[in-house]
Amino acid sequence: MNNIFTKNRELTEKLGFSLLTLMTLLTIIPIIGTVIYIIAQGAPAMSWEFITGFPRDGMREGGIWPAIIGTFYLTLGTAIFSVPLGIAAAIYLSEYAADNRATRLIRLAIINLAGIPSVVYGLFGLGLFVLFLKFGTSMLSASLTLSIMTLPVIISTAEEALRAVPQSFRTVSISLGGTRWQTIRRTVLPEALPGIITGVILGLERAAGETAPILFTGAAFFLPRLPHSPFDATMALPYHLFVISTQVPEMPIQIQYGTALVLLVFVLGMNMIATFIRSRARAKRQW
Amino acid sequence: MEKDLNWREFIITRLIKFSGYSAIIFVSLIFFFLLKEGLPTLSEVPLGDLFALRWYPIESYYGILPLITGSLLVTIGAGIIAVPFGIGTAIYLSEIAPRWVRNLLKPLVELLGGLPSVVLGFLGILILSPALRVSLNLPTGLTALSGALLLGGIAIPTVVSIAEDALDAVPKSYRDAALALGATRWQTIWRVTLPAARSGVLTAVMLGVGRSIGETMTVMMVTGNAPALATGLGDLFSPIRTMTATIAAEMGEVANASTHYHVLFFIGMVLFIISLIVNVTASAVVFRQKKRAERVLS
Repeated sequence: MNNIFTKNRELTEKLGFSLLTLMTLLTIIPIIGTVIYIIAQGAPAMSWEFITGFPRDGMREGGIWPAIIGTFYLTLGTAIFSVPLGIAAAIYLSEYAADNRATRLIRLAIINLAGIPSVVYGLFGLGLFVLFLKFGTSMLSASLTLSIMTLPVIISTAEEALRAVPQSFRTVSISLGGTRWQTIRRTVLPEALPGIITGVILGLERAAGETAPILFTGAAFFLPRLPHSPFDATMALPYHLFVISTQVPEMPIQIQYGTALVLLVFVLGMNMIATFIRSRARAKRQW
Repeated sequence: MEKDLNWREFIITRLIKFSGYSAIIFVSLIFFFLLKEGLPTLSEVPLGDLFALRWYPIESYYGILPLITGSLLVTIGAGIIAVPFGIGTAIYLSEIAPRWVRNLLKPLVELLGGLPSVVLGFLGILILSPALRVSLNLPTGLTALSGALLLGGIAIPTVVSIAEDALDAVPKSYRDAALALGATRWQTIWRVTLPAARSGVLTAVMLGVGRSIGETMTVMMVTGNAPALATGLGDLFSPIRTMTATIAAEMGEVANASTHYHVLFFIGMVLFIISLIVNVTASAVVFRQKKRAERVLS
């Protein structure tokens, strides 16, 4: 503290600020670089055949259509289970739950669910859905596994959106004779909808990009046809990228980058839609 | 009509309440299935052999120490990168950058958190590993270091996002008071803002590091998958293998209910318990901070 009135500390501040700025740049530039690099390298692979064709010649030629469709089905399957359950759980926490020990336990469980390693979800899915419930290595098992993994994301973001709706909205509805559920259904939910949708998309985005939970629950190395029922295994984009970048020798680099780009577009596209909905809702909000 | 409404309300309320408790049910179910499939290990493999130095399941060597040290090494390496860069970026965004820069960059950092780990592993194989091999003159670029660098990148968004929230939540009056007493902004950051936000920053670090221990695809793709015992940071330059990668790489090929199968579930159990400890501790820290804030404000 003895140099507190010297020039020294201004110099320290300048140096410190420059250091932090530099660190931020070193964090940001690789992110932007990665995205741009994949777009640049993957773009030449894009063609109608690449998107809509089946892999040929041990996946070294042709397209990735079954993997795209597989990821679409898995994301849809995940949504069917996790969206209603997640939103209902969020409604419970925001509108019904008292601040007691049971509620704190629920919150702790949600935090833990969010922290469990993805490969452990894979093990769980294998133990419960594939073997114990005998769903086999299937889209159903994989979707169920992914839904439990996405649940904490959906619950916490949806709860935040519900809590952001001012208390006065509820008071007015109740005082007009609405029941608790009518109040939630007609007043609170519509107001919170953009926030909830954002959370749902962010959760599903994570599911779409995951590989480890589907490794032993529903992903197939290669399938000559599209899956026909929820009990079929399926190809999926992230697993396909893993396979062609580690398991297939002499894989043309262009197809690898092309697959990475399609996966990136899928995932970042969902991310951008979520961000767009959120910012538009914020701009329109009147409370 | 009135009665009908009551019934519907009753059923819906029950369903919602049940959903509310679903998270507890799922955590219990996960733990139960890990125990069910993992605990038989203890009767099939003597404890001494389980905590031995050799992992070679084909010849029934189930020593998981190399896998544990592998996970630790990569996680520590990731922490060395993610903690300073994550906190540094968080301080920059919250305390130094103009508001519009923060509003632009923070979503961008969080975008990195959304990149599928398999994409990072893919780039690790094609770009990072060859670059490290050439520049450090190593026999192979698929080493713990590649894993640590990429995991650091994966942990950074978590650290930045939570630490920035914590810094942002420090009341402006704290900073104003420090500045009014003649402190520079730099001094204010180090002696006032950061200490005030320390439990939130600590949570950020714990959750970031917790995420690195559990990461699977990236480390499986870039760390070379050699289950060799790591004894120090010097092993960063050799291939290793983590617990997560072992499960992911081997589970597809084992026979159900074999010893190998049970050991892999046992490793999953260890991972589950680690993540449980990390998350319970982290949330306890947050809880304490909230209590303190309530005390200060009342």
